[in-house]
Amino acid sequence: MTARAWNIVGLVVVAVVGLGFLVLTPRLVELDTVLELTVYLIMAILALSLALIWGYGGILCFGQSAFFGLGAYTYAIAVFNIGESTVPLLLAIALPAAFASLLGYFVFYGRISDVYLGVITLTVTLILFNSINSTAGPEFHIGSARLGGFNGIPGIPPLNIPGNRSAVIDLEGMFYLATASLLIVYFGLRLLLVSRFGRVIVGIRENEQRAELLGYDSRAYKLATFTIGGALAGFAGCLFANWGSFVSPTIFGLSQSAQIIIWVIVGGRGTLIGPIIGCIGIQWLGTALGANQPSGSGSWANIFSNVPLVLGAILIAFVLLVPKGLVPTLADWGLRILRTRLPALPQRGADRVESERPERA
Amino acid sequence: MMLEVTGLRTGYGRIPILNGVTFAVREGEFVGVLGHNGMGKTTLLKALMGLLPATAGRVSFGGSEVTAAAPFRRARLGMGYVPQGREIFPALTVIENLRMGCVNRDAAMDGIIAPVLEEFPRLKPLLERPGSALSGGEQQILAIARCLCGNPRLVLLDEPTEGIQPSIIEEIIETLLRLRDRSGLTIILVEQNLDFIAALSQRVLVIQKGAITREIAPNDLKNSNLIGEFIGIAT
Amino acid sequence: MTTALLETRNLSKHFGGVQAVRHVDFTLAEGELRCLIGPNGAGKSTFFKMLTGQLQPSAGQVLFRGHDISRAEAHDIARLGIGIKTQVPNVFDGLTVRENIWLAASRIYPGKRANAVVDEMLVRIGLTGLAGRVVGQLAHGQRQWVELGIVMSTDPDLILLDEPAAGMTHEEVNRTAELIREINRSKALIVVEHDMQFIRMIAKQVTVFNQGRVLIEDAVENILRNPLVRDIYLGKQAAA
Repeated sequence: MTARAWNIVGLVVVAVVGLGFLVLTPRLVELDTVLELTVYLIMAILALSLALIWGYGGILCFGQSAFFGLGAYTYAIAVFNIGESTVPLLLAIALPAAFASLLGYFVFYGRISDVYLGVITLTVTLILFNSINSTAGPEFHIGSARLGGFNGIPGIPPLNIPGNRSAVIDLEGMFYLATASLLIVYFGLRLLLVSRFGRVIVGIRENEQRAELLGYDSRAYKLATFTIGGALAGFAGCLFANWGSFVSPTIFGLSQSAQIIIWVIVGGRGTLIGPIIGCIGIQWLGTALGANQPSGSGSWANIFSNVPLVLGAILIAFVLLVPKGLVPTLADWGLRILRTRLPALPQRGADRVESERPERA
Repeated sequence: MMLEVTGLRTGYGRIPILNGVTFAVREGEFVGVLGHNGMGKTTLLKALMGLLPATAGRVSFGGSEVTAAAPFRRARLGMGYVPQGREIFPALTVIENLRMGCVNRDAAMDGIIAPVLEEFPRLKPLLERPGSALSGGEQQILAIARCLCGNPRLVLLDEPTEGIQPSIIEEIIETLLRLRDRSGLTIILVEQNLDFIAALSQRVLVIQKGAITREIAPNDLKNSNLIGEFIGIAT
Repeated sequence: MTTALLETRNLSKHFGGVQAVRHVDFTLAEGELRCLIGPNGAGKSTFFKMLTGQLQPSAGQVLFRGHDISRAEAHDIARLGIGIKTQVPNVFDGLTVRENIWLAASRIYPGKRANAVVDEMLVRIGLTGLAGRVVGQLAHGQRQWVELGIVMSTDPDLILLDEPAAGMTHEEVNRTAELIREINRSKALIVVEHDMQFIRMIAKQVTVFNQGRVLIEDAVENILRNPLVRDIYLGKQAAA
């Protein structure tokens, strides 16, 4: 079996598991669990946005939550003003994308180095957080939508079927939408990454100078990648605003940005399925730990319910011990085990090193 | 024996490169290693220095077992390594690079560096120059000088003439020969430049597919038919 | 009089206090093969980098087919038809040999044609058996071949080779010389090298750089006998 065949098998497995999950979960599981799963899936889309720009594009953005938050806020404000949800949904994707474009233009065309990009994006989230946080008074509003400051914006009208204002989405519908969206984004990104565009951005990540010397304008490719990432994060933000019917400035917080990075590192940078698993896994863990509030004064129980502490420890453990991330490491182990039983498996570059006899063209 | 290698195996991850290398080097010998690209020349030097872990076999240096020893231990025992591509510290000046090379600081550093500079007078006017500002040839000389500051008994040289202008190559040959005659320095030299190997080596080992397949005399290197036969074969 | 393929006028570059290239006037005709030799640090690589757009000149001009490319971006210059194999192998280390060549070929050839070009190029550089190997794991000399393959795949009209024979075995050096002669049937090349045997195999006209300037330009036989060149560069053993 060639590597290509294994790839196809992988995709089929994901499709089957995904569709199965979509169809079966609401039937098998209680509604509040469905609700919980929905937000995990929405965050997984956010994780994929960073997986694309960082894992494949090599652009370390510390402020992906900026686009996430912009998407959520844009949806909220637009739907309050417009009343029907189709345009707000599109705006929630377009505005973060435009913002990413603008920011990206200055950073990439200004040839600002990668380190500074991290700092700049981090600063952007801080600015957004602090600005929105201080908009609590009634004078801060866009049209009929009050920004709400640190109180946030409650009671956000949910998505409706385009054209039909009264056909609004319910909790179960949100689940279907989130799952379907995640699957579409996942497969969409897989397609993008095997296309010429996708292969070029990986090349640029590997050696930007060499890509330029071949004639590729790396600035344009990075800008496009960053914009797509912003759009995806904005879309996730819109779904998030719908899920909780609520949005607050913490969405722009440092903590949120850091979490996205942790999901990608733990799951496996350079893969798509990794960050999805990392995201869902860590969120589930966070909920599980936080839910078990210790009744007594047992110090171990206290430590484990301190979610940020546990997450920090996980991050350190992974960076030191499992640097490639969960999915790539498991894949390596799996292949190693399989190889001892099935030597005919494809070995990427594992043939004996041999220099070639010169062959005439 | 200065160095004894028996059945050495190593590689990168799943890819085996050295498949049982066995050879020995006497004190004061200059041994050349020749072979196609990808046959394991650089890998051999890295494995001898401990930069790559041995998956099988033994390495004994000056009577001590070093097979599992970390590189810094081997350096302290007297192994020096000048890697392919020089790898001097670009942000440090020439004198700082040389100080970094004083691995065994029994005497004061300047006392170690001064005689080394006598061997490489080209470096004397460049002491305050940052490494990155040196030309390739100057960097190569600095890399060798830095290695000698560690007072090594055995020096592993990986393609020292690559990218170096012919006149400096001559200087390096003269200096190394002088060092051998004077201080009994032992060298294992990997090179593609046949003239360089011929000028310096007393014997030449041919490495093919990760093992030493034959030994030839330096004079044979001048015979291009023999060369074609020994290292033209890929299988 | 036809326009030269490449021309530099009074080209200079300094880094802080160091004058790396000084007032270089250089001309190359279409399809010409020129060798560039000189001591380490003479400014040859810096000169190349100004031709490809990796560095901006401090003064002077670079003209490609009459167009001023002195301030152009590297990717635009590459598209005009200048390719370079750099002194330190500059390849996509994390990708396989095939992917490396593909990235180059697909910049000018569409889909299927690109794949065909990749297969041909793999044969030409002799790495078909290692096509699936990650380039970072290859030996130094093999990585040189990958870079040659990358450069040839974009089919540039001017190819700059900065020490193409470095790290190559005797036999591979012969192959490279043959490859260069083959390329030279339709393309122009400037080759920087220190290996004099190699230079003798390919050179006709040689330009000698020293301390940032063009010292002398002449036919290869004269250069090799020139006492000044021997003094600054070739050494005493400059063999016959």
